[in-house]
Amino acid sequence: MTKPKPWLSLSGIGVFAVLLLAVAPLVLTDHWLNNLGKYCCWAIAAVGIGLAWGRGGMLVMGQGVFFALGAYSMAMHLTLETAGDRVPGFMVLYDPLAPLPAFWEPFRSTAFTLLAIVLLPVVLAGVLGYALFKRGVKGAYFAILSQALAVALATLISSTIRETGGDTGLSDFKYFFGFVLNDPANKVMVYLIAAALLVMCLLAVWQLYRSRFGELLVATRDAEERVRFLGYDPANVKLVAFVFSALMASIGGAMFVPIVGIITPAEIGAAASILMIAGVAFGGRASLFGPALGAMAVGWGQSSLGSTWPESWTYILGLLFIVVILFLPNGLSSLPARFARTRRSAAQQPAPAIATAELEGVRS
Amino acid sequence: MTDASLVVTNLRVEFSGFVAVSGVSFDAHPGEVRFLIGPNGAGKTTCIDAITGLVRATGSARLGEKELLGQQVHRIVRLGVGRTFQTASVFEELTVLQNLDIAAGRHRTPASLLRARRGTDASIEQALEETGLTGELATPAGILSHGQKQWLEIAMLLVQDAKVLLLDEPVAGMSHDERAATGDLVQRIAAKRIVLVVEHDMDFMRRFATRVTVLHQGKVLSQGTVAEVQADPQVQEVYLGTADAIAVGTPNRTEV
Ligand SMILES: Nc1ncnc2c1ncn2[C@@H]1O[C@H](COP(=O)(O)OP(=O)(O)O)[C@@H](O)[C@H]1O
Ligand SMILES: [Mg+2]
Repeated sequence: MTKPKPWLSLSGIGVFAVLLLAVAPLVLTDHWLNNLGKYCCWAIAAVGIGLAWGRGGMLVMGQGVFFALGAYSMAMHLTLETAGDRVPGFMVLYDPLAPLPAFWEPFRSTAFTLLAIVLLPVVLAGVLGYALFKRGVKGAYFAILSQALAVALATLISSTIRETGGDTGLSDFKYFFGFVLNDPANKVMVYLIAAALLVMCLLAVWQLYRSRFGELLVATRDAEERVRFLGYDPANVKLVAFVFSALMASIGGAMFVPIVGIITPAEIGAAASILMIAGVAFGGRASLFGPALGAMAVGWGQSSLGSTWPESWTYILGLLFIVVILFLPNGLSSLPARFARTRRSAAQQPAPAIATAELEGVRS
Repeated sequence: MTDASLVVTNLRVEFSGFVAVSGVSFDAHPGEVRFLIGPNGAGKTTCIDAITGLVRATGSARLGEKELLGQQVHRIVRLGVGRTFQTASVFEELTVLQNLDIAAGRHRTPASLLRARRGTDASIEQALEETGLTGELATPAGILSHGQKQWLEIAMLLVQDAKVLLLDEPVAGMSHDERAATGDLVQRIAAKRIVLVVEHDMDFMRRFATRVTVLHQGKVLSQGTVAEVQADPQVQEVYLGTADAIAVGTPNRTEV
């Protein structure tokens, strides 16, 4: 956590950006570039989870909710753009005269849609976080609550097929803010936007981690009471991290829609939310690159291994997850540090415990 | 730094029916090293918890004109009341400098929080020097020795600019030399601040206390100078038999 070389990380982001933005479009087929774009979307959400969970200690098990806010905002806009002056096809399937639901109407506007992608998660996470953190809800309670919220939202969408497309989801988008989505050049553009957003999110957390706020966040994670006794309200510290992470999930969700071409409740429910967490744990939740790379690895595993062995993929993932948690609790990104430590261990003092010990027990 | 005094009157704390502290009154002024002693479970830590808002209490605890009881923890801190914990609690993954920087940061604007730190605040340099931790600036707090962690906690209170320092067993588990150093440190910082030390160790108390309050089973048993308190037959009775253990200064960390 006390990495003395922030500039090294910055050049790491630079290399990552070159790989994503310049190399990948040159060497990958359309199909794999599109897949990579999808992984970038998950990675954007994962970067936020790394911030909230890895650095802030909040086990955000329901990021699918915020992913959904961005995804459905975008999907409604693209659906309306495709439908033009008419009511979207799936709505008139059951009732040819069905009017457009009132909450769809503003999503005709590009500006409103973009604003919604940013503001909806900020407001929801702000209100939710304020209510929970001020009351001192944390740990497993917070995790269960956030997960329940994702389940509730997925169920709500499933059960409102006329308004939201239900389990079938929203799909068949033809345009993306005026660009024809079928055009390969436009597909590359959409990919580049997602990749650029991922790089920007990495830059944002890079700055957050090296800032005083980043130190305060780690302090709050490890000893919330102590932070309170220094005159801070830890609820506010956590709230900021939580809101940022929600915003990133929403951005990831928004870009997921034009890239994948469909959004359904399955992409935002409990299983999807846990898969996002899994990627972050896999890569290393507290590190800068760990969450993004972990999410991309899990995404890649899903498309390659998942299509080769659709049955056993889930088990492979589960097994991998257990192995990582058992032997590398800080994820794959802690491997290099581990090597270095074992090599110069003997003479040195034991390294500080990495466990995020709650200092609830400090008083007696 | 401050002329205000800490005045505790008729403090009472109840834990679901069990009265841990009742009718406790004492005061502490800048310039003296005030001690709160008593056997294990006497209610010393609970008194500090009550003053700092960690447990609910009735009665009154005033800093100058301001009533502390009933306020939120971080607001009491902002009034200038700082404390340490019986088990040293520093941010183990952060360096000494980062620990102090956070302690010094309460007045910073949100915008400045989003920037990286450049250089070291003058107050931090001063606190490092005062507590002898200058050489440990870049050390992760988790690998400091036990004594150094306690000093780091005190240093954090100094940069936090606390007017009142409530130290809960600051020398528990320290070596003889570390105790002496801590005593000197406490005396130095008490010149301009209100310092209340909760201790177990009678030797340490004898050497450094100006005035002492003895708690027993949640009540004040005796109050006065070291000599007065030691001469009190009631105090002798309470400590009889355990006097040896106390003189050795057994850290009572088992009670957590
Ligand atoms: N949170 C709590 N709930 C119930 N009892 C408590 C609590 N905290 C302290 N006590 C009890 O109050 C009494 C005083 O404890 P404490 O103030 O920690 O004593 P000490 O003087 O050793 O610091 C003890 O009997 C302890 O068991
Ligand atoms: Mg105690």
